[in-house]
Amino acid sequence: MKVTQPMFFFIFRRLAQSVLVMAVVSAISFSLFNFVGDPVNNMVGQDATREQRLEIREQLGLDDPVLTQYTRFIGNVLRGDFGISYRIKRPVSTLILERLPATLELVFVSAIIALIVGIGLGVYTGIRRHSWISRSVMAVSLIGVSLPTFIIGIALIYLFAVHLRWLPSSGRSGVLELGGWKTSLLSLEGWRAIVLPAITLSLFQLTMILRLVRAEMLEVMRSDYIKFARARGLSDRAIHFVHALRNTLVPVITVIGLNIGGLIAYSVITETVFQWPGTGLMFIQAVDFVDVPIMAAYLIFVALLFVVINLIVDILYFVVDPRIRLGGT
Amino acid sequence: MSALLDIKGLDVSFPTRRGTTYAVRDVSLTLKPGEILGLVGESGAGKSTVGNAIVNLLEPPGEITAGEIMFQGMNLRDQDAEAMRNIRGQKIGMIFQDPQTSLNPLMTIGAQLVETIMKTTQVFGSAAINKAIDLLNSVGIDQAEARLKSYPHQFSGGMRQRVVIALALAGDPDLVIADEPTTALDVSIQAQILELIKSLCRERKMGVIIVTHDIGVIANIADRVSVMYNGAMVETGDVRQILTDPQHEYTKSLIAAVPRGDMKVHRFTSVDYIEGGAQTHRRIDLDRHWLGEKLGQQPSPTAISVDALNKTFVLKKAFLKRNRVYLQAVNNVSLSIKTGESFGLVGESGSGKSTVARLIAGLYNVDGGSIKLFDQEVANKRTGKDVIDARRNLQMIFQDPYSSLNARIRVQDIVAEPIRFYKTASSESEVKQIVRDLLDHVGLGSAAMLKYPHEFSGGQRQRISIARALASRPKILICDEPTSALDVSVQAHILNLLKDLQDELGLTMLFISHDLPVIRQMCDRVAVMRHGEICEIASTETLFNAPQHPYSKHLLELMPSMEDFGKTG
Repeated sequence: MKVTQPMFFFIFRRLAQSVLVMAVVSAISFSLFNFVGDPVNNMVGQDATREQRLEIREQLGLDDPVLTQYTRFIGNVLRGDFGISYRIKRPVSTLILERLPATLELVFVSAIIALIVGIGLGVYTGIRRHSWISRSVMAVSLIGVSLPTFIIGIALIYLFAVHLRWLPSSGRSGVLELGGWKTSLLSLEGWRAIVLPAITLSLFQLTMILRLVRAEMLEVMRSDYIKFARARGLSDRAIHFVHALRNTLVPVITVIGLNIGGLIAYSVITETVFQWPGTGLMFIQAVDFVDVPIMAAYLIFVALLFVVINLIVDILYFVVDPRIRLGGT
Repeated sequence: MSALLDIKGLDVSFPTRRGTTYAVRDVSLTLKPGEILGLVGESGAGKSTVGNAIVNLLEPPGEITAGEIMFQGMNLRDQDAEAMRNIRGQKIGMIFQDPQTSLNPLMTIGAQLVETIMKTTQVFGSAAINKAIDLLNSVGIDQAEARLKSYPHQFSGGMRQRVVIALALAGDPDLVIADEPTTALDVSIQAQILELIKSLCRERKMGVIIVTHDIGVIANIADRVSVMYNGAMVETGDVRQILTDPQHEYTKSLIAAVPRGDMKVHRFTSVDYIEGGAQTHRRIDLDRHWLGEKLGQQPSPTAISVDALNKTFVLKKAFLKRNRVYLQAVNNVSLSIKTGESFGLVGESGSGKSTVARLIAGLYNVDGGSIKLFDQEVANKRTGKDVIDARRNLQMIFQDPYSSLNARIRVQDIVAEPIRFYKTASSESEVKQIVRDLLDHVGLGSAAMLKYPHEFSGGQRQRISIARALASRPKILICDEPTSALDVSVQAHILNLLKDLQDELGLTMLFISHDLPVIRQMCDRVAVMRHGEICEIASTETLFNAPQHPYSKHLLELMPSMEDFGKTG
């Protein structure tokens, strides 16, 4: 695709905004260090002397002015150094990188499920909206929107793991090392473990996408250019999938982009329910133990993912809609 | 020559909860190859439904319940969905009203053409592309090969309609159904498109059905005319006979309601056949009524005085000033309108006539120049007692009666709002009484008070807008295309109402329209606008009889006229 001038400026502006967002988020996560308890208390034993405590404060640089500390924090973050976990006593960046593949694979599989099933059923229910299949899909989809993730997760565990004993109830297994990336997607064992959490995580997004695509599809199918396409004798398949679907995608892309960010956020709950060893579970455990470096790093990490995904969504707009790409006459 | 299309006894019905309504009842028509049939009628007459029924594209739950549609010897009602799909595009092409919406905005016109060509003619690859280029050439699009890569939004309205026609012709159809093909276009573009359809019809020996509400279009293009009213065909015949010697009462009144471009008449002929007899409504005695009260001192002899008005819109924003694209919507416009005068502003879309109205009404800020209402400078001013008084004197009536009324407010509150805002009545019961009188006076009747706008037809809504404008007791009315969304019969009623009100209340009127015959009937003086500039200001009779500016002459030549047929009356 040729990068046009308005597109270049648009992306440039978006990048500048992203930097601003990241600066604000980093400030918030930095403030965690100062406002969520005294880190020294968490690091030393009950019987540490006052001198020992002061020495640790000195070592950690906690006596420096706030601005100096913040600058140092930013500098470290930019070098990928998020400090050392209070509890596990290992570098946070290593911990996150170890846990990251599990979360990303979970989010990836859920996003694929949500997109394929959501768009597919959305198009179907949009075209054949009076068939009994469409009516049942719409009724069932209410469940996905209204039930909270943890209840769906527990219900799925009860049905498929406890009652039917088809799938494991929790944990990640069948992990293989592939060039430094620990994947569970290359073994049957791994797939068996990921199915339930992925479905649980995707269900809300799936129903959102389904309902949105259906509504957009109904709107587009009423438009004049669809009528004109019919009047030219084009086949139903060409009308539905070439003319209608692409036009429904413009608004759908925005929501999908935000929702994939949502997948990462919701993965905290799903990972907890299924004891999935990803970053979300790590975050929850860090909250339990007031492990501030992990919390701060997770915050920055999630914000970065959101910003990157939104940037990709904005670029997709240009790809899909020539009216934005080329400007008016 | 045998008939290309022969429809006998066609019924189209829409089942509803309260029984079946017939959109089309017992319609029969025939069409020969190379012939242009005009299907004319007002909105709701069922004329578009006939077109959709032929190609089996009725909106559900509409269905054909009786009759036969014989096309080239086969009954289209017997064809299954697959056969109909092949007939559409290959045998029958369709052209729709609005070229802005009938093309897929996300596909290049080349892709849409090639896709249609491959489906309808089984021509593939570079041959299909060459055929697409030929088609674009034949509908008069320059540099066809380069334009294949353009998207619909990169074309103007007229060019887009040419693309639509090219698409309709992609499968070399024998019959083309054009549903209001020029309604969304300017007069000069309309003339070009009609000419194009006419010549393509002759070249390709196609049968063409033109569905339209515009008798001017029919007079220009059709060989024969069928007139529809309320789902039924009331009259069919040669175009000359229908226009000069209509037999049916409805046709007579329909033709009489079309504003004349050739001479000024005092009032529009009202079409009583359509609205079900003359409406009787109470009119108020203005000498003693609130509405007729003389306010303040004798107004200045000049109602509106505009000097060197300028307005620029930014079309494309950019950080650097030199990269921005501007549109000079109004360029150094000066005009003055005498108190009690009807002043017309005429021009094609994009000429800046509506912008001038909105600048005078204070809806846009001016970039330069002055606007005086009764000698009070109001340009870019919002506060101050004198300015507010001057603004109260001016009210506007908008083009679209559907979007210019708040759908969630009852009619009585819509009309009462200006009275309450300006506190011009002493009590709430007086407000109610005034609203009742106003609604009676504009011919709606006070029963309308408790209803919501959606319960009214377009013409009735425009009456509500007029009542709302009168409620602030204005001295100036700006009418921005007040009737262009209405049927001719309704248009005649609304224009008569405006004329009456102007006579009774001594209103000054700024009347904006693209429709020259309407301007001729309504206005004392006219300004012709083009590209944001005024070409010519002249008294109406002078302009129509002896236009000075070449553009005025051009517009007058394009004026669709039935007078060529020696219309009597």
